[in-house]
Amino acid sequence: MKFEAKTVASAQAFDALRQLKTDGYNLLIDLTAVDYSLYGKCPAAMGWEQNFPSGAPQPRKERFEVVYRLASLDPAAGLESRPRVEVHVPYDEGSVLLSVMSVWPNADWLEREVWDMFGIRFEDRPEIKRLLLYEEFVGHPLRKDYPIKKRQPLIGPPSGELPGSPSFNIVRQEIPFE
Amino acid sequence: MTQKKTYFLNMGPAHPAMHGVIRLVLELEGERIVNTEVGIGYLHRAFEKHAETETWNNAIPYTDRLNYVSPLINNVGYVMAVEKLAGVKIPERGQYLRVIASEISRVADHLTCIGANAMELGAFTVFLYLLEGRENLYQLIDCLCGARVTTDYTRIGGVKGDLPEGFIAKCRGVFAKIRKLVADSEGLLTKNRIFLDRVDGVGVISQADALAYGITGPFLRSTGVAYDVRRAHPYLVYDRLDFEVPVGNKGDNLDRYLVRLAEIEQSLRIIEQCFTQLPGGPVCLTPWEMKDAFNFEDMGKAGNTALLPRCLAKTCRTLEGSSRDQAAGVTVQDPALVMPPKEETYGNIEGLMNQFETVMWSWGVRVPAGEAYHAVEGGNGELGFHIVSDGSDRPYRVRCRPPCLFIMAALPKLLNGGYVADVVATFGSVNMIAGELDR
Repeated sequence: MKFEAKTVASAQAFDALRQLKTDGYNLLIDLTAVDYSLYGKCPAAMGWEQNFPSGAPQPRKERFEVVYRLASLDPAAGLESRPRVEVHVPYDEGSVLLSVMSVWPNADWLEREVWDMFGIRFEDRPEIKRLLLYEEFVGHPLRKDYPIKKRQPLIGPPSGELPGSPSFNIVRQEIPFE
Repeated sequence: MTQKKTYFLNMGPAHPAMHGVIRLVLELEGERIVNTEVGIGYLHRAFEKHAETETWNNAIPYTDRLNYVSPLINNVGYVMAVEKLAGVKIPERGQYLRVIASEISRVADHLTCIGANAMELGAFTVFLYLLEGRENLYQLIDCLCGARVTTDYTRIGGVKGDLPEGFIAKCRGVFAKIRKLVADSEGLLTKNRIFLDRVDGVGVISQADALAYGITGPFLRSTGVAYDVRRAHPYLVYDRLDFEVPVGNKGDNLDRYLVRLAEIEQSLRIIEQCFTQLPGGPVCLTPWEMKDAFNFEDMGKAGNTALLPRCLAKTCRTLEGSSRDQAAGVTVQDPALVMPPKEETYGNIEGLMNQFETVMWSWGVRVPAGEAYHAVEGGNGELGFHIVSDGSDRPYRVRCRPPCLFIMAALPKLLNGGYVADVVATFGSVNMIAGELDR
């Protein structure tokens, strides 16, 4: 699978992607992100340096990188005439990244997933909700500073009252045995 | 004059007619669906986060649980992405075995989808017929990997073991049975008025919409686009195999059913071609040079023990001993990339040491720094893995592109404007697998 990789600054990302769409890249194959905050700082570094005769991978300036993967599919032939394009967009807290929902409708869910997992907010789109997790979830789990063993608080109904079901054990009340 | 009112109906996440946990909030006007909202995430198991904390090989079992109806394809997809990043080419026999395994899995996937869909529309006989076929395939997979669903068959550098004894003959028997069962089911369904009324012209999506939503696989092919990853970007040995890519033209439930049915036959053909083309040789790369077992013994007797942990005795790749001669050594450039064969691990102390080295923290398989994306044709479409490595013994990031997610995002397009009774028919025909959707 051949592809060309491009790096575009977050401010120009929307225009560049829309341009690619008009150029015939009609399929948004994937949209995802990578948190590079621990890149090049391997936690289990035993013997790690020996792997890189020409130097270890360097930490990056921006924390995140959003990856758009585009394909140009010819519906009649069912083949891709041109190599795919991978657009890498470096992103840091405070950068502005516009949504591509208006260009490819499936970006809606993918952007929601990226928001859910990485806390990267896309501008210029309807209200963004979590996709896989629930709204009361605290934090964004695929960030590198989210510990694998972190516990989430148990959630109850918004009013705070105890539900009737005994399996919903926020506070289990002891019922005296008669 | 009465005012028109809409009301909401909540389907799922644990609805008897929804196989898989997914929640649909339907806005209804009488029996017509006006609007649909899809809620997913009920089976989220943090596959991507887990994979980051495990060594490269230890992430393979987690991929079984992605699309749990065709786990072998997930295994193949993940290890091929890792191998692409590492620049490894696996032995030819290993490639053929991966193709055979994935196609068996694909047939099982399609049989399940058609069977479940038919059952929900009242054709319980078809369900029993097709599940019998799937059961036979699961027994083949059990033979091949030692497990029915949690297969864990591939390794970085090849596959776990060679074909067991008599596997090809067993396969031919099973395929004859499946062909008969599929023909019977086809006879019961394809011209059945009750079935056709529920599927023909229901759940239609246009080709433009399917492309806009990034849908791939049988779903996209049912709208007339002959896009198949095996054909567009041939991986493994698919370019040597002769198969057709069946397409539909309307993009409705009936077309999806027909495309799946035709693909079963194509997959069986692919496997049969693999059996005739299957070359000999090793099925997996080995980390070190292989020596005949007697040489190995001589070295030990001569006191040459320092070299022993870096040698492998020529033994059989299956645990039962059917292919002792085929394990001639093909060594890999970087010995830290592949695991020693299991027979070594269980057979001698050096093998056990080598095994421990590959599973210990920060000692195991190392993949060079960089990133790679590789896609295979899964049961539902393009199953891609995007992998980032920082050169350590664990993946830095594993992203799975689940084909189901894209289909589910387009589900409102299929349901809106239809009847509430058609939800079951349409939802069954898109073959949602919650394990892959929610990861």
